[in-house]
Amino acid sequence: MSTLAPSRTEQSDDVPVDLRPLRRLKRNRLLLQLACVAVSLFMVVPFYLIAVAAFSSPAAMNEFPLRFLPTAFSVETMSTFLSSTGVGAGLINSLIVAVGTLALSLVVGAPAGYAIARYVFKGRDQYQLFLLFTRALPIVVLSVPLAELFLNVGMYDTPLAVVLLHTALTLPTTILVTASVFLAVPVDVEEAARIFGCGPLGAFGRVVLPLALPGISAASIFTFVLSWNEVLGATILTLNQRTLPATVLSSLSDSPLTFRFAGGFFLIVPALIFIAVMRKYLINMWGTTIR
Amino acid sequence: MADISIRNLVKTYPGNTEPATKNISLHVEDGEFMVLLGPSGCGKTTLLRMIAGLELPDAGAISIGGRDMTYLPPNRRNLSMVFQSYAVFPHRRVRQNIGFGLMTRKMPKDEIARKVAWAAELLQLTPYLDRYPAQLSGGQRQRVAVARAIVVDADVLLMDEPLSNLDALLRLNFRAELKKIVEHIGTTTVYVTHDQVEALSLGDRVAVMEAGKIAQLGHPMEVYDRPADTFVGGFIGSPPMNFLDGQVADGRIIFGEGASIPAPAAVPPGPIRIGIRAEAISIAAHRPDLVPAVVDVVEPLGAATLLTVKVADQSLKVQIPPSQRVSSGETVFLHFAPDSVRLYDPQTGLGLLASV
Amino acid sequence: MTRTELVREGARGGRASRSRRLSPALLLISPSIILMLLLFAWPMVAGILQAFQSPDGLGLDHIERMVGDGQFGPAVRNTLLLIVVLLPVQFVLAIVMALLLHQRPKGQGLYFYLWAVPIAVSDLAAGLVWLAIFTDNGYLNSALSTIGVGPVSWLSYTNPTSQFTAILVAELWRATSLVMVIVVSGLQGIPKDYDEAANVFGATYWTRLRHVWLPLLKPSLQVALILRTILAFQTFAVAQALTGQDFPLLVGETYRFYTALQNPNVASALALVVMFVSMAAAFLYLRVLRDGTKGAAR
Repeated sequence: MSTLAPSRTEQSDDVPVDLRPLRRLKRNRLLLQLACVAVSLFMVVPFYLIAVAAFSSPAAMNEFPLRFLPTAFSVETMSTFLSSTGVGAGLINSLIVAVGTLALSLVVGAPAGYAIARYVFKGRDQYQLFLLFTRALPIVVLSVPLAELFLNVGMYDTPLAVVLLHTALTLPTTILVTASVFLAVPVDVEEAARIFGCGPLGAFGRVVLPLALPGISAASIFTFVLSWNEVLGATILTLNQRTLPATVLSSLSDSPLTFRFAGGFFLIVPALIFIAVMRKYLINMWGTTIR
Repeated sequence: MADISIRNLVKTYPGNTEPATKNISLHVEDGEFMVLLGPSGCGKTTLLRMIAGLELPDAGAISIGGRDMTYLPPNRRNLSMVFQSYAVFPHRRVRQNIGFGLMTRKMPKDEIARKVAWAAELLQLTPYLDRYPAQLSGGQRQRVAVARAIVVDADVLLMDEPLSNLDALLRLNFRAELKKIVEHIGTTTVYVTHDQVEALSLGDRVAVMEAGKIAQLGHPMEVYDRPADTFVGGFIGSPPMNFLDGQVADGRIIFGEGASIPAPAAVPPGPIRIGIRAEAISIAAHRPDLVPAVVDVVEPLGAATLLTVKVADQSLKVQIPPSQRVSSGETVFLHFAPDSVRLYDPQTGLGLLASV
Repeated sequence: MTRTELVREGARGGRASRSRRLSPALLLISPSIILMLLLFAWPMVAGILQAFQSPDGLGLDHIERMVGDGQFGPAVRNTLLLIVVLLPVQFVLAIVMALLLHQRPKGQGLYFYLWAVPIAVSDLAAGLVWLAIFTDNGYLNSALSTIGVGPVSWLSYTNPTSQFTAILVAELWRATSLVMVIVVSGLQGIPKDYDEAANVFGATYWTRLRHVWLPLLKPSLQVALILRTILAFQTFAVAQALTGQDFPLLVGETYRFYTALQNPNVASALALVVMFVSMAAAFLYLRVLRDGTKGAAR
């Protein structure tokens, strides 16, 4: 009982395998890695240097040439910075402003995002266009007239004034991001929850919100960092109740270099955390919100 | 134009343990239309992509027209290809899409214009030359993809399921048109499909693939008539080939009580599996040498009537002329055309020599 | 009836129920509209009034003061120069970075993280980071001294070219990430079939870049260009941190007039200039870059 072998035509020509393209490919992969390392160095070395500067003793920072390795490690520069006048209060103000901005833009923005995602209403396109337009405006430059207005209503030099400005800055983004987040939650699950006896708010709270939460927190962190980083408006709208960047900016000309380096490092820390947390969302956020 | 020689190709995708192609060898003659047919995941697309240079093999060699191409980048292989998704560039007009391969080959402008006009005429795209793909229907985009592929003077034309995104009627019409065009230009063609009708109707030869291997290579009718194993028989044909398990004893293949057919002389006693196409079975009035069966389902299909019948607890499909009236529950008697009975080893599923 | 008017039913529903459908959506978006109008339209009007205020009603006093200021000309020039030089370099670098990542190098996740971090760094912090490098006793001069060069006063007003270069490098470092992320997201939206098709039809890497990638990236690049131009007009804290007042920029002048010179009217006028110029730039881009290939949008 012999079996049928699959009939194959055996080829006669035995051309030797040309390995040069493979070598070229490997060389290109190597060049690719080298290019990536080079770009990475440009991106990372400044972070490294500011960290070394912030954690070297002030004496070491007065030497020349400076040490490139953290051999003179000391927290003195950082602690001097943190205990300087205005820095502690500035930090607290920055946190208040950032959290306030986050809360206000979510409270105002998330419902609007939900509306865009779930309802067909007259003027929806115009509304989205309006958001894109306001987003494209350099709103911070409106700080000067805003300062005048806040002065008239007695809100000048309060964290609330800065919160309002920053909310105007972040609101379009918050709305567009939350809209895309709610859009990603299928209508079916919401309807299913309703059919199984949830009220409208119950369906939202028990089904939609948990599903939307990761995306919304991503938007929140983004809002937080935007507010934390904003300096021009915060400087113009305040005098004593300065945020941290505003404090650093206004004392630039009369502070020692070490103070500025420590300030620079301290301002960057949230950025590092932000990107680490947001890495997955980064592409989606820019991809969906900007277009 | 050139022949393609594939020797012992092995490819395992990173992260997979099972190779996508297991030591495949294949020779495609100059000007031949070769169809790679198989279910999804059988390695047919991987093989095509290795010929294109879009994937590189782990071992083995590919040469086209006597030149080794195993690791050469796609753009240096002088190929053309029709993609499943068409991959018609959305930002280029139809004219520029068709002329793309000519542009990269640095052909003079007037010659590009002449060849594009020829291809557009052949595929009835002339009125649409200045449109963008978004302004075309799916079928028209498909034509653009084919025009772009045939306009270049390539050694090999590759097609990756080019008809699978068309609706049924369009597919039927375009299949015939495609066959005519490819015959006309005469380029060596490798065509990947999971549709056995396409494979049979288009190919000079068909390579049926299963789990990274070529299960059978042959002319379409040979593959249809004499499947090398039960997989090929079960994959090709609509309905697929029937398989019945039986025992060989006393010169007969016995399926059950009173159900048996004569066995070819060379078959030794023991278990066996026979394969037979639905159209090779006919039903007749009672005769002692016929196989009794109970009709389970009757499906009139217009040109024929398809019966699902039971023979000793085994199910098989029978195709009868629509004029013959049968109703379910009835007992009928089956006649297996002796020339069409194929024998298989029930363990391995491989074809037994005795049936050839 | 609130949540029942979900999109799907809205599409199905007739004209009769449309008026009822409008109310919950309007309720949800109205706070945002009110807030944006209050914080945008109101100060905009107030700002215009402020800028054109004069002792006898409306006039051009503040505008004249602004234009007559010795720093105004340099500020306009520097701002435009920065944009004209920075943006092309930045876009080339960002596209290169995105294309590198698109080739899927080993460790691409790490690279993407490292290259994206500056996106969240403020321009003030970026200025301070590069101050540590460019300052007289900074890391650049320290590095150069080991090979016996320098020290060079990179940030001194006597050396405007190196001043400008320092600001350029700091901005390149800080803001290229944004463009890169947009381009990466744009690249991810392009089906790989297009590249493969071009490759099979004989296109080299450069041909593919020119005839496939860049045209398909056009929408992303356009968005990035508008966004970056508007943001670049607002650059000022980098320059402030690196050079103090030595390298005036338009928004920096707004800051100076408001804080140091206590002149909110001229500051308002400057703010309006920035606003007007960025809007004009965005408008211009949309006109010039508008997709001539309407049908090409997939």
